[in-house]
Amino acid sequence: MSDSQSAAIQGEAHGGSHNPALLHHFAEPQQQRDASSLGMWWFLATEVMFFGGLFCAYLIYRLKFFGDFGAASKTLDVSLGATNTAVLICSSLTVVLAVWAAQTGRRMMLVGNLALTLVLGLAFLGIKSVEYREKFEKHHVPGTSFQFQEKIPGHPDQYADPRHAQIFFALYFVMTGLHALHMIIGVGIFVWLLTMAWKGRFTPEYNTPVEMGGLYWHFVDVIWIYLFPLLYLIDRHP
Amino acid sequence: MSAHSTSSSLKTYVAIWIALLVGTALTVYASRLDLGRFNAAVALTIATIKATLVALFFMHVKGASEKLTKLVVLAALFFLLLLLGLSMADYATRAWS
Repeated sequence: MSDSQSAAIQGEAHGGSHNPALLHHFAEPQQQRDASSLGMWWFLATEVMFFGGLFCAYLIYRLKFFGDFGAASKTLDVSLGATNTAVLICSSLTVVLAVWAAQTGRRMMLVGNLALTLVLGLAFLGIKSVEYREKFEKHHVPGTSFQFQEKIPGHPDQYADPRHAQIFFALYFVMTGLHALHMIIGVGIFVWLLTMAWKGRFTPEYNTPVEMGGLYWHFVDVIWIYLFPLLYLIDRHP
Repeated sequence: MSAHSTSSSLKTYVAIWIALLVGTALTVYASRLDLGRFNAAVALTIATIKATLVALFFMHVKGASEKLTKLVVLAALFFLLLLLGLSMADYATRAWS
């Protein structure tokens, strides 16, 4: 072995033993982490466009059928919607605390906050399913059994057009349904993160999955931050 | 990623969390007031402030070590505004039958 070779090997050993979490095509952990982060943000950008199309469809029909949308929106339960908003905001706090715990090497704080996030995520889905159940009972689900007999807010003598109200509920189910699907996927991701955290796989040097899972969860929270006022609070004043 | 190991970032997280809860209460309260055409504007403004707080502080856009992250966020917003803006410019200027 030549001197330069042994010096190189020694130099590598001196710079810290080989990090098993560092993939060979990355020069250093920071570069690997930045690549993951950039990829995650591009994915979220496509998600913005994905939901953006639905928000666009919603805005067009809301402008066209404002009174009917107001009547349909009034049948939603504001207190359940507001509770779910608060539940998601609390879960966003536990997520950001989990990321912080992972970065500072606090394993039990990480496990605890991941578990709390899961509990809050499931609570959100539970409340959502109570709301969906009510829609089925009232025949507010678009389809052949759809019924809608509500008056337009501010027009006590005028009933809303059920066909236009049906468009509202179609958008309601697609938008909240797609959001709920993202929540279910998020719960799956966090179950995996919790398992890995329990096994002690995350360290201050390697915690990118927790950070990326956190970005996803916060994004889903942001979507709900817009869905709540747009769907529940159209025309609430007396 | 950098400099999150101080307890000051914990205080920031709790402050943002409280602000988000207050914003939620505020938007429910504002929806009960009759502001005419401004109800929607107020609701969307509060939602946008809340979303910005989540992105900047919870998603760490503010302290992002690489500028590319900010570029991606701005690109996403730009194309979203194109989508909504051009669609609304079309539909809002049509003569609805």
